[in-house]
Amino acid sequence: MLGKTAASLFWMARLLERTENSARLIEAGFRIALTHSSSAADEWASILASSGAKKNYLAKHEDYSSAKVIDFLLRDNSNPGSVISLIKQARDSARTARIALTREVWEATNEAWMNLKNALANPVDERDLPDVLAVIRKQSSLVRGAVMGTMLRNDGFNFIRLGTFIERADSTARILDVKYYLLLPSIAQIGTAVDNVQWETILRSVSAQRSYRWLNGSDITALSVAEYLILHRQMPRSLAFCYAQISDNLGYLEHEYGSEVTSHRLVSDICDRLLGQPVKSIFENGLHEFIVEFLAANNSLAAQIETDYNFQDRIN
Amino acid sequence: MLGGDDKVREPYADYKGWLDNEDIKRLHRKSDDAEAFFRRTGITFNVYGEDDGDERLIPFDVIPRILSGNEWRKLSRGIEQRVKAINAFLYDIYHRQEILRAGRIPVDLIANNIAFLPQMIGVDPPGGIYTHIIGTDIVRTGPDEFYVLEDNARTPSGVSYMLENRETMLHMFPELFAKIGVQEVSSYPNKLRRSLAACAPPKCDGKPVVAVLTPGIHNSAYFEHSFLADQMGAELVEGHDLKIVDGRVAMCTTQGYTAIDVIYRRIDDDYLDPLNFLPNSMLGVPGILDVYRSGGITIANAPGTGIADDKALYSYMPEIVEFYTGQKPLLQNVPTWRCSEKDQLGYVLEHLEELVVKEVHGSGGYGMLVGPAASKKEVEDFRAKLIGNASNYIAQPTLALSSVPILAKQGLSPRHVDLRPFVLVSPDRIDITPGGLTRVAMTEGSLVVNSSQGGGTKDTWVLEE
Repeated sequence: MLGKTAASLFWMARLLERTENSARLIEAGFRIALTHSSSAADEWASILASSGAKKNYLAKHEDYSSAKVIDFLLRDNSNPGSVISLIKQARDSARTARIALTREVWEATNEAWMNLKNALANPVDERDLPDVLAVIRKQSSLVRGAVMGTMLRNDGFNFIRLGTFIERADSTARILDVKYYLLLPSIAQIGTAVDNVQWETILRSVSAQRSYRWLNGSDITALSVAEYLILHRQMPRSLAFCYAQISDNLGYLEHEYGSEVTSHRLVSDICDRLLGQPVKSIFENGLHEFIVEFLAANNSLAAQIETDYNFQDRIN
Repeated sequence: MLGGDDKVREPYADYKGWLDNEDIKRLHRKSDDAEAFFRRTGITFNVYGEDDGDERLIPFDVIPRILSGNEWRKLSRGIEQRVKAINAFLYDIYHRQEILRAGRIPVDLIANNIAFLPQMIGVDPPGGIYTHIIGTDIVRTGPDEFYVLEDNARTPSGVSYMLENRETMLHMFPELFAKIGVQEVSSYPNKLRRSLAACAPPKCDGKPVVAVLTPGIHNSAYFEHSFLADQMGAELVEGHDLKIVDGRVAMCTTQGYTAIDVIYRRIDDDYLDPLNFLPNSMLGVPGILDVYRSGGITIANAPGTGIADDKALYSYMPEIVEFYTGQKPLLQNVPTWRCSEKDQLGYVLEHLEELVVKEVHGSGGYGMLVGPAASKKEVEDFRAKLIGNASNYIAQPTLALSSVPILAKQGLSPRHVDLRPFVLVSPDRIDITPGGLTRVAMTEGSLVVNSSQGGGTKDTWVLEE
């Protein structure tokens, strides 16, 4: 497989995952704005920060009105992180890697782009927002379903999955990064309930509010929320889950290609050093420090994968 | 569909029987389905100079164009003769140039032609083949009158539409194919791969590695490039994926560099090799021509084939066919005036309103004048251009192109068509896929069928006998 093709598969998956995460963040923000209008501006600011778009946003807008933020995150062509920009880039990556995709995966991606272009052709009225966000998440699910249901479990499939989980780990860590202060005040009194709205926002932005309750009942503490998002092995957006998958995918590639790569050693290292400790010691050593370190490690891992598999190899 | 006597022509008899029982509304619905299918599948093209968000569909018409087995046999014999002559001509023109010595075509036409590549002189292409893929443009003006309009010996496009049009028709009208025996086209990709692999270079050791070279996703024909690579099971590469490693052209894979044996390039000669041609080309591979000359890679079509489909040379094709095959041409050439010659230019200037005038190196229907369809001002503007650079143009009579019905809003309506059959040339055989791409001028009365000018396509049937 060409290095370029592997890169395109990896990025196609990353960008689609990002589209979906973006829809989830907007949904969480919108809900806060509806039910707790006094904290809406703060919430939008932290959502922009989570998606890495705050600086770009402030260059264009002065305040955090819901309509402006939503339009910026969904439809603004000048924002490379808007849903419309992301889906276009994802589809371009899919076109570049077309020969490595099944017809079903390609068509699902192409249709995702066509449908979102259509759904986002005009500013989205607040009344229609929940429907539009549902469409975005559904399109991403359809592509994922086509990938799981039709692709050979070969190197291409593994590059797609690597992209998905690198991006997902990044997204969950960023949410924690922006929200970690909400979890901090309770450290002194471990076991004390976090403010309802706050933890709900965090869980909602990773679509985990219900699964959390199923597993933890009504016992909501900073420690258990953090543990759920960082270390829980069953939670499909937790850092530990993403890294278990990444390790599998790299293991497959090593086996298939018959050569060991630095990136797989990095994964073991990150799992031991960061994800191998109980949540208590993460808090004791500093949740913020942990997240900063994890985000940096995740970035280095992505870069190392690109190097190991010749994503960026250019003759010039 | 109808003959001169308004009776249904024989090849269309069975189809017409089916059509007469069809509800026109159902056909329109099928037509909409086809359009949705093309969009979903991404069978689109970018029009240069427009927003890259604007991908267009080539209009697809659901009424097939039908040829009898007999008509096809005659046509394909003529095409085969012409393709053989073209390959013999290319070998000769890059070696001993007997045809020039014999005085059958003027030396100037070759020596001063930008499509002639001096770098190819004395080079023996692997398998002796210059034009692995040819798309001969044919027009019909009567029951037995076929003309070759262009030879397209560089990088003919459109074969993916031939294949997808058939797929679409099979999908929409399965009952028709059960009823009428139509020769299949779907083995084209397999034959293309076989044909390319049959011309592996001397340095190939083992099963030939084949790749399609594309300018990238923004090229208007990118869909076709990825489609063909996918269907052949070949890699789809861009210039920046390639470099020269140990005297071979190698592609950057996830496991390091792997040598390529045969490259089906979909970029023009000029862009192929910045060391040997245009120095600022970002699309090609520096040094690929040197590897080619040393037997390290096969380039299909070979560099320098453009000299054979040059529009100024076109008028000499009857001589070329006769010179190399020793036979009279089976297919006619359209009479052509060479504006480089003074008396012929005089005639062209006097008859501009009746003629079609084309640029010698133009393609895609750009930069041409269709006299009868042009306004007075367009004719006069063109006259000025023509006088300013006469040798850049040729002129041909406006042919009474055959027409085939399309499904228009109000029902069936005739439109002019041409035909591009696709020819694969191997060292031991020539394969012509039965059918080809029928291009149709969607505007009533228009003679311009190019997709870049709003032309559409049809499925083309050759009946089994």
